[in-house]
Amino acid sequence: MSNIPNELKYAASHEWIRSEGDGVYTVGITEHAQELLGDMVFVELPDVGDNVSAGDDVAVAESVKAASDIYAPIAGEVLEVNEDLEDSPELVNSDPYGDGWLFKIKADDESELESLLDAESYAASIEEE
Amino acid sequence: MASAAAKRTPLYPNHLAAGAKMVDFHGWEMPLNYGSQIEEHHAVRRDVGMFDVSHMTIVDVTGRDAKPYLRHLLANDVAKLQTPGKALYSAMLNNDGGVIDDLIVYFFNEDSYRLVVNSATRDKDMAWLEAQSGEFDVAITERTEFAMIAVQGPAAKEKVAVLMSAEQHAIVSELKPFVGVQLDELFVATTGYTGEAGYEIIIPNDAVGTVWDKLIAAGVKPCGLGARDTLRLEAGMNLYGQDMDETVSPLAANMAWSVALEPSDRNFVGRGALEAQKAAGTEKLVGLVMEEKGVLRAGLKVMVEGGEGVITSGTFSPTLGYSIAMARVPQPVGETAQVEMRKKLVTVKVVKPSFVRNGKAV
Repeated sequence: MSNIPNELKYAASHEWIRSEGDGVYTVGITEHAQELLGDMVFVELPDVGDNVSAGDDVAVAESVKAASDIYAPIAGEVLEVNEDLEDSPELVNSDPYGDGWLFKIKADDESELESLLDAESYAASIEEE
Repeated sequence: MASAAAKRTPLYPNHLAAGAKMVDFHGWEMPLNYGSQIEEHHAVRRDVGMFDVSHMTIVDVTGRDAKPYLRHLLANDVAKLQTPGKALYSAMLNNDGGVIDDLIVYFFNEDSYRLVVNSATRDKDMAWLEAQSGEFDVAITERTEFAMIAVQGPAAKEKVAVLMSAEQHAIVSELKPFVGVQLDELFVATTGYTGEAGYEIIIPNDAVGTVWDKLIAAGVKPCGLGARDTLRLEAGMNLYGQDMDETVSPLAANMAWSVALEPSDRNFVGRGALEAQKAAGTEKLVGLVMEEKGVLRAGLKVMVEGGEGVITSGTFSPTLGYSIAMARVPQPVGETAQVEMRKKLVTVKVVKPSFVRNGKAV
């Protein structure tokens, strides 16, 4: 059973999101997602300043096995991307909830968080796969 | 043959002990990786790794007509094999010149040979071997009592010393490429599927667990099917069912070097069809290299001067740090090709389908 931290929110498409305060949220993919994909070889990130809507495909995680779209869990403006992934995409595998984060987003509407899954619901959703 | 339960090799418990992620591979439960497939890949290129290849099918062909039978059956000519233990790579063709399987044949003497064929094709291979035996006085015996481990990488020679006496290790150290020798219960051959030096070792089922454990203790890294695929693709070696199958000529699969058209009076299965294909011209298997971001994948469309072809195998090359692929394309083929990737056309380099040998870019 993979690690699903309680303090995070999740999308059914395997992104996690963490509040950094001031309406800023960090987004990554879950440990379960990186296990499914296998060793990461490239990560394509959005551009800083992009305005995205919830559900937009904004990034691509390309592993030895497949290229997988990553979706914005909430709407907002991309404030920062994890540039370390350019040279070290394997951080997504080794530390998916830490150094393997993908991008930070300034939420347009923080109430969108309520429609995301908590750890328990996300765990249940991957059980069903 | 459909079977409800996946088959397991005798090393199944050893895989679990090593933390393997197990997957179904044509009805066999096999290790995909033991954590990171890229680390396993690098271990083979830089040091040494090992693979459980016990799922492969070992078949002994014996009897008075063993040699004429194999000269009839195979596209390569076993008459080239003169010294005991020497091995040969060959296609086994159908009457239309399509590839039923690719295999390695070992010569023991003119009445005794050993074939190692793929696992995914086991049932049809056995049926074809039997069907072609016709009037030949041969016995075809599958050797399910044996398992097999491939030990591959620059340190393989040093590490296999833990499996044998000093005298035996001296013999193994002197082996030329593509030859096998029986040493007590181990059949040790200088063959492989990685582009590195190393051995494929055939071992009785009841002894293979001990051999595996000794190699682990000696620091040999267990490697799964994921690394096996990236290593063989870097080395430009075909995977049956992907780079060729029964609908593909060996001439269109970079296997012409393994088809022996001389002597011209050897009438092997598929010969007539091959000669016609050769006269008419065939598609060609080429290598593709893409140095920018992204990964070439099997099934993607490829455009060359001669028209449209397809990527048969593609991957990220851990050794080179960019993507490589093999593609079957119509001739003529220029120096570049266009690949349709995620709805856009990307220009890639066309090269010979061999990318890495002995740890280095080709």
